[in-house]
Formats: sequence, C-alpha cells, structure tokens
Amino acid sequence: MKTKSDLIQMTGFFLIRTGTLIVIAFLFLMLGYIFTKGISAISWEFLTEMPKDEMTKGGILPAITGTFYLMVGSSLISIPIGIITAIYLTEYAKNPRIVKIIRLGINNLAGVPSVVFGLFGLSLFVIFLGFGTSILAGSLTLGLLNLPVIIRSTEESLHVVPGTYREASLSLGATKWQTIYKIIIPNALPGIMTGIMLSLGRAAGETAPIMFTAAAFYTPDLPVSVFNEVMALPYHIYVMATAGTHIQATRHLQYGTAIVLISLVLTLNMTGLILRYRFRKNLK
Amino acid sequence: MNENKKIESRKSNSLIYDVLIEKFFLIVGLSSLFVLFTILVFLIKEGIPLFKEVGISDFIFGKEWYPTSDNQRFGIFPLILSSLYITLIASLIAIPLSLSVAIYISELAGSTVKEIVKPLIEIIASIPSVIIGFFGMVVVAPFLIKYFDVDTGLNLFNAALMLSFMVIPTIASISEDAISSVPMSLKEASYALGANRWETIIHIVIPASLSGIYTAIILGISRIIGETMVVLMVAGGATIIPTSIFDPVRPLTSNIAAEMAEAAVGGLHYRALFAIGIILFIMTFIFNLIADYLSNKYKFKMN
Repeated sequence: MKTKSDLIQMTGFFLIRTGTLIVIAFLFLMLGYIFTKGISAISWEFLTEMPKDEMTKGGILPAITGTFYLMVGSSLISIPIGIITAIYLTEYAKNPRIVKIIRLGINNLAGVPSVVFGLFGLSLFVIFLGFGTSILAGSLTLGLLNLPVIIRSTEESLHVVPGTYREASLSLGATKWQTIYKIIIPNALPGIMTGIMLSLGRAAGETAPIMFTAAAFYTPDLPVSVFNEVMALPYHIYVMATAGTHIQATRHLQYGTAIVLISLVLTLNMTGLILRYRFRKNLK
Repeated sequence: MNENKKIESRKSNSLIYDVLIEKFFLIVGLSSLFVLFTILVFLIKEGIPLFKEVGISDFIFGKEWYPTSDNQRFGIFPLILSSLYITLIASLIAIPLSLSVAIYISELAGSTVKEIVKPLIEIIASIPSVIIGFFGMVVVAPFLIKYFDVDTGLNLFNAALMLSFMVIPTIASISEDAISSVPMSLKEASYALGANRWETIIHIVIPASLSGIYTAIILGISRIIGETMVVLMVAGGATIIPTSIFDPVRPLTSNIAAEMAEAAVGGLHYRALFAIGIILFIMTFIFNLIADYLSNKYKFKMN
C-alpha cells in the first residue's frame, strides 16, 4: 500500500530525475545541433587554407594557428608558476597564515571576470609595457588567468601521493628537494597532466581576455613573431556571428568553426578527465 | 676521514640548495597574490581618473550612458540593473536544476549511471562561452520569436537562460561534493527512525550540507555576473532600464567588451570602462570572500 510519504518521495525523485535529464538533454541538443549544421563545412581545405573573399569562403587556418600559439604561449607562463606554487603549498609551507593568504589570493584570482583580465592585459601588457595587440600580450593574459586551474589540480594530485612515499625517501637520506623531484612529482605526474589539459582547453576557448590583447578580425598572413596580432577560433566565431555584412551568408562557416573549437576543447578536457580517472584508480 | 668529510660537505651543500629552493618556491608561490594586486593597481590607475570629471554617484546612479555623444554621459545604472536582473533570473533557473543534478548524482544514481552523468556535467563546464552564446543567437533567439511573440530574440531572458546552463556545472559539482560528504551515520540514524529516502534527503542531508550548497550558489552567482561572451552575443545590447524579461539589455561585462575597441586610450570613455571593471572586480571579490568564509565554516562543521 502506498502511503502519503511514498507518494511525496515518488514525486520528489521524479522532479530530481527530470531536472537532471533536462540539463543533459540540453547539452546533447546544443552539441548535436551545431554538429549536424556544421559538419558539411568541415573539409581538409577548411582546416588548411587561408580565408578568401572577405572571409566568406576558404578556410580558417590562421585562426587555428593563432589559437595554437596562444595555447602554447599561455602554458609557458601558467605551467611553471602554477606547479611551483602548488608544490610550495603542499610540500614546503609551514606557516598556516601564509598558506591561508596565498589560497585566498588564488581563489579570488579564479573569480576575477575574464573581461577584467582583458582590461588588465590591455593596460599592463599592451599599453604600459608596449607589447601592442600581440601573441605575447594575449599569452601573458591567458597564462595568468589559467594559474588557478593549474595550481588547484596540481595541489590535488600532490595530496593524493601517499605520505609513506615521502617518509621512505627522507629516511633513505634524500633531501626534501630530492624527494619532491624524484618521488613526488613522478607519482603525481598524471594528475598534473590533467590540470595542464584543462588549462589548455580553457586557453583555447576564452574570448574576452584576448579581445583587446591579441585577437584580430582578419590577418592576411600567418604570424611570424610574438609581436604579431593573431586570429583565434573563439574570436573568429564571435566576429563572424555578430559583425560584418555577411552574417547570414557565412553561417555554415560559423558552425564549422564552432565544431573545430568544440572538438579541440573537448578532446583536451576528455584526455584530462581520463588521465585523472586512471590516476585515482592506480593510487587506490 | 677524508671520505667522511666529502660526504659531510656534499650533504651540507644539498641542504643549502634545499633552503634556496624553498625561498625561491615561496617567492613564486606568492605570485598569485601579486597578480591579483597588480590587476587592482592597473584598474585603479586607468579607472579612477574618471572621477575627477564625473562624480561617483553620477556614475553609479546616472541613468544615461552616452559615451560618444558631444554631451557625454557616463551613468551605469541601467547596466548595473541589467546585470542584476540577468543574474537573478539565471540563478532562479540554475539553482533548482543544479541541485537536482547534485542530488541525483550523490543520492539516486547507481554507480554506473554516476560514472556517465558526472563526466557529462564536466563536459558542460568545458564548453567555451562563445559557443553557448552562439547557440543562444542561432537557435534560442529564433525560437523565442516564434513561440513567445517577442520583438527580438536577443534579450534578458535568453541571456539568463544561456548563463544558467553555463553555470550549472559549477553549482552542481560543489554542491555534490558537500552532499556526498554527509556522513552515512547521519542518514542511517534517519532511516532507523522510519524516515524514507526522500525525507532523509530533505530533512537531514540537505540541511547538513547547506553551507557547502551556499558556497556553490555564491560562486555560481559570481560567475554569472562576470561572464562576458554569452551576454555580449545574446542579451541584445540596449542601454535601457529593462521593464520586461524580453527587453534587450546590456550588462556591465558586455558593455566593456562591446565598447573598448572604439574608446581612445586615456580618454574619458576608456577610463569609464575601466571604472566599470573596478566595480566588477569589487563585486566578484566580495562574493568570493563570502564563499571562502562559508566553505571554511563548512569544513569545520564536517570535522
């Protein structure tokens, strides 16, 4: 016999399941729609050729290479600083006050809106340091934006390395640095790689921080120096979808570019998630 | 003897090395704080000179934003209201859905389903905001025009809807952590008293994880306020005080993104956009401090 509380439970569970289903359905709707609309635009030429006829035809090669340079450039900043910060916090820091303040700084840095990072990059790197709108300025901005991503995931993976590993190494006479370098980092490496993958995905997908620091509407040539401005995939989607006189005529190119960006970001993220999953399983 | 000395000196060398590394790591470790501080300094340096020309209350409560006309006006009140309305509506949509996802993953789903749903939510988190904005433009906007009989599909509601989707993973995953960390013993005590699963979730699990859920919601709201590309593409861009949820609006973030390219470096317009940046920085900073405070409280409670 069903009582009133059973009925309430059924209704409650139904609502919870429906809510979850709506969220996941929306994800599939979004990805499915963009892929079915854009797949016809994807071809070898689309990926490897320069844009033609005011970007209404041809490929998106400069946007792909631009995004690639920004990913590499930003990781040169975020990876070393992020990993060292995480090692300091988990392995060295003894004063809980300093740890607390640093952590507060990281959390707040993670909360700074991306457009504010763009303003900061514009005033410091583009204008004050005179780098101009360039790969260099954009990479620095994105690199700092990505610091919290790397720090958090590295910290997490360092915490997972068992304390007995540290003790065993120290008891054999290794110094702290030797222990970190030879024991802890190699064991935490897959977890650290997860953070690197996630941060690369973010660098590829962010638009607001590069709008005023690196991105160009159109460049006739591929960049030759770090002081060149570049096209980038997310910015390309934005300008093609909102500016210019050919918005409707280039829709299929916009969908195509969106597919390329989504595929790039999802591949990086899924690699990261799989690495993390296997890393946790192994240490268990 | 000699051999011993060698070992001793090698040992002390590597100890000195160790101390040097520690100092170096401390300096690098402080860089996040340094970056945060530098951001504030540069926002202030570029933004504060505005207030020599425009009063702070005229700036915040002024209803007219005409940055390029002959008679320049820098009132951001419509922008602030747009940001607040969008944030409110997006939260109203996102919070119940996120909590459903969190409760589903931690309390209802079997382990296989969980292994599928959790990564799917993380995939939502990784979708670039420009893609979500693009979808809002090409799919949701025409849909709204067709079925809701509105003048423009790019409006407050559309932006709130897309932002809520974007922020669901943030709120859901932090809430899920909090809900999952409620000790089994609490739940068992509730079952032993004759409560069913639903009653246990509502009366025991949720209250016990409430400060974690609050943290999640506050971080989510902070993300909604700071998000730029979605609102830039989808909110419609009109600098008016909205009277309906289908009005086109222009929140703080998208105003910066839309106008920075046309603002002359060092001019009043440029300074005003940085001043908006200061406001955003302060808003999100406060939200993050609250979240930080709540999550520390929550850790304490769980121990």
